[in-house]
Amino acid sequence: MVVLDAIHRIQALHANDLACRWNCKAGKCGSCSMEINGRPKLACMTRLSDYDPEETITVQPMKTFPIIKDLVTDVSFNYEVNKRIPPFKPKPRDADGNYRMMQKDVDRIQEFRKCIECFLCQDVCHVLRDHRRQDAFAGPRWFIRLASLEMHPLDTADRVSQIKEDFGIGFCNITKCCTEVCPEGIHITDNAIIPLKERLADRYYDPVMWLMRKITGKDRKK
Amino acid sequence: MADISEIQTFEHDVLVIGAGGAGLRAAIECARLGLKTGLVCKSLLGKAHTVMAEGGVAASLGNTDNRDNWKIHFRDTMRGGKFMNQWRMAELHAKLSPERVRELEEWGAVFDRTADGLISQRNFGGHRYPRLAHVGDRTGLEIIRTLQDFGVHQPIDIYMECKVLNLLKDGPRISGAVGLWRETGRFVLFKAKAVILATGGGGRAWRITSNSWEYSGDGAAMAYEAGAELIHMEFTQFHPTGMVWPPSVRGVLVTEGVRGEGGILLNNKGERFMFDYIPERFAAETADTVQEAARWLEGDPGARRPPELLTRDVVARAINTEVKAGRGSTHGGVYLDIASRRSAEDIKRKLPSMYHQFKELAEIDITKEPMEVGPTMHYFMGGIRVDDDTQMSQTVDGLFACGECTGGMHGANRLGGNSLSDLLVFGQLAGAGASDYIQTLEKAPEVDSDQVMEVIREATDVLNREDGPNPYVLQEKLQDMMQTNVGIIRTRAELEEALRQLEDLKREAALVKAHGASQYNPGWHQALDLTSLLTTAEAVARAALIREESRGGHTRDDFQGEREEWGKHNVIISKGESGMNVRTDVRPDPPADLAAIAYASLEELEGTAKVK
Ligand SMILES: Cc1cc2nc3c(=O)[nH]c(=O)nc-3n(C[C@H](O)[C@H](O)[C@H](O)COP(=O)(O)OP(=O)(O)OC[C@H]3O[C@@H](n4cnc5c(N)ncnc54)[C@H](O)[C@@H]3O)c2cc1C
Ligand code: SF4
Ligand code: SF4
Repeated sequence: MVVLDAIHRIQALHANDLACRWNCKAGKCGSCSMEINGRPKLACMTRLSDYDPEETITVQPMKTFPIIKDLVTDVSFNYEVNKRIPPFKPKPRDADGNYRMMQKDVDRIQEFRKCIECFLCQDVCHVLRDHRRQDAFAGPRWFIRLASLEMHPLDTADRVSQIKEDFGIGFCNITKCCTEVCPEGIHITDNAIIPLKERLADRYYDPVMWLMRKITGKDRKK
Repeated sequence: MADISEIQTFEHDVLVIGAGGAGLRAAIECARLGLKTGLVCKSLLGKAHTVMAEGGVAASLGNTDNRDNWKIHFRDTMRGGKFMNQWRMAELHAKLSPERVRELEEWGAVFDRTADGLISQRNFGGHRYPRLAHVGDRTGLEIIRTLQDFGVHQPIDIYMECKVLNLLKDGPRISGAVGLWRETGRFVLFKAKAVILATGGGGRAWRITSNSWEYSGDGAAMAYEAGAELIHMEFTQFHPTGMVWPPSVRGVLVTEGVRGEGGILLNNKGERFMFDYIPERFAAETADTVQEAARWLEGDPGARRPPELLTRDVVARAINTEVKAGRGSTHGGVYLDIASRRSAEDIKRKLPSMYHQFKELAEIDITKEPMEVGPTMHYFMGGIRVDDDTQMSQTVDGLFACGECTGGMHGANRLGGNSLSDLLVFGQLAGAGASDYIQTLEKAPEVDSDQVMEVIREATDVLNREDGPNPYVLQEKLQDMMQTNVGIIRTRAELEEALRQLEDLKREAALVKAHGASQYNPGWHQALDLTSLLTTAEAVARAALIREESRGGHTRDDFQGEREEWGKHNVIISKGESGMNVRTDVRPDPPADLAAIAYASLEELEGTAKVK
């Protein structure tokens, strides 16, 4: 039994109207995010047998987001941020109509694309959770998405200044709490946030390097 | 509520119901064609079933084996569907899927690559060549996220966590739909010139299923109520490999990709039993010795495919037989072994979410131990009957459908990977079809306020009545009943019993009571889903009772084997004056050119591939 099964039992037998989101029951859709004994987790992947049978297990809604009811929170903030991210802008296809990308060049962004949008990283990040900087800070999920676009071998858009100005990457002080809770095991800080910060540093503090790269077309993107 | 002017109202040219692969692709097409487009879904965006798809999307790109082409994909699809497919749909699907998959790359999808940088393709049951474009074992996530992230930048109004309760009509035409915001419990009116249903299947009516709560057959049931026909409802796919242990995860899917990567099925005697179940139709193309199957895994192009990769209906029945004969695994399944076939590193790279799923949920390390698996209700081949080219219902003007909620494309059995491609191909066509239809409309259809108030009254009754049966308990009853009486192997007696019990369940469901308030109340939503679950379950049972033969996803113990006469008929369900009508329609003869391809030998088709 997992925590979600227990909640379903309670729902069916004792509290028909207990609100809780879920879909796939296999850690693939990222719907049943909640705080279990204070830890941000997917209820479908949290086994009851991992807890002491004597212990009371506490389930709470994600604290960062406004509560709708019981375990359901209003996560619309995330969808709003996503809409503001400049979309993928591909270069033209090869002459034979194909796109070519080498596996080793996409391994990194495939890691980011594993994200199931559970928003547990958003829940745990203190910039959103404690400092409430939703107005200025996109949060780790969206740095993952920005990184997956910026490091996409076919993408031609430039989002670097927005990553600083609009999405507020500077607020992140690399506590790595987001990485710790990610159920997909994505190395959010090491593989996405830090490299994005480095790009930014190049652009703003090493303009000569940046200009060189622009002229020669050689970017770290390669 | 006194009249409909008090109800929140949105107006669109087209309302797409469902935001899985099919609905998203349809909405993107509608927006591209300049239609004012609305898209509504029961869950949050990106959580539809499509996100769960694992193995891959089928398209004859020919990247991994260049002998592949659309004709062979078409032939495989027809053979897998036991020649019950709508010929034209299978043709469109095979021809258009490569284009639809390539288009995803343009929108940012990152499939696994071949050594020369193209989209890599993997083997799957029933597909002659490695044909499934994939991303590890999370292909559905890649596809839904690509469509979602592309879609949010198109002019599409998206309504999340809103359940559409019923469709509205102006005479013979669609005029919109009534929905319920799950969060607030308030109603919403969508006025629309056309509606595209993309609501997925109805597998939640069974106890052991890979489907989530969303799969209550809403689309098929709403279309039926509106006067549309349903086709092929008797053909239900039991996926051969669902988890069987522990009980709480029973039914959760184990991707066919495990067998595609070389996984084998064993009974409790350690026998690779699939060699004993090779049907005649596939004998010429299936390995008949362990040695030949091993050569295939090593990549010998002359070796035939291992029997584990036979079509799903065949493998599911074989497992069922083994278990019934006492040769099952400890918990009533069989063993699926990849540990002895591939290195731990390969398994973790190619099947990461399976590795994770077993590790977390069953405490099994699949790189060391075999998995225990058994059949699970997975997919509806049947559904709303639509025109092959436009995707419009032939009996309700302006009602379109695409994706799993439709029927006909897959015939009696769907090949793995052919659903994701189906969503893309027919989603796009449905969008185009709706646009063409709207051009022909002389004036916008009118919404009839009586219809709207009726839908709202029915929904609020569930909440307002004093007392009544518990919706969860009723659903469990239905699931147990369908599992017992409308399972993999069916008989007349059981199907008749199912229909009797369905009458009782319908009576109970009419009195069901949801406790609590209207805000985010899952008990209420569950109660409202019951109506469609019961309609689709009844359609399956009635269609299954009438088809007296065994074919693909429909097996009758009392009528074994395919019957030639039945191969010439479709079973059609429609709403009658007093209850559900069932009839059989004669299938038109296939176009000669398509028949020639479907019945051709492989050599002939591979020959044409070279002069393509
Ligand atoms: C575990 C699993 C693995 C699979 N693996 C593969 C695979 O590898 N390859 C393959 O080809 N196929 C696979 N399939 C099948 C395939 O995923 C589905 O058939 C396909 O995704 C269905 O897509 P769809 O767009 O038709 O519907 P879905 O993706 O299910 O979307 C249905 C949408 O309709 C909405 N909806 C439903 N009812 C209502 C209502 N009343 N009001 C408003 N909205 C509503 C839902 O909210 C949802 O947004 C798999 C299926 C499962 C369950
Ligand atoms: S590492 Fe940055 S983004 Fe992640 S939790 Fe800490 S502050 Fe937030
Ligand atoms: S990055 Fe990880 S924790 Fe954050 S939303 Fe995605 S899957 Fe969840």
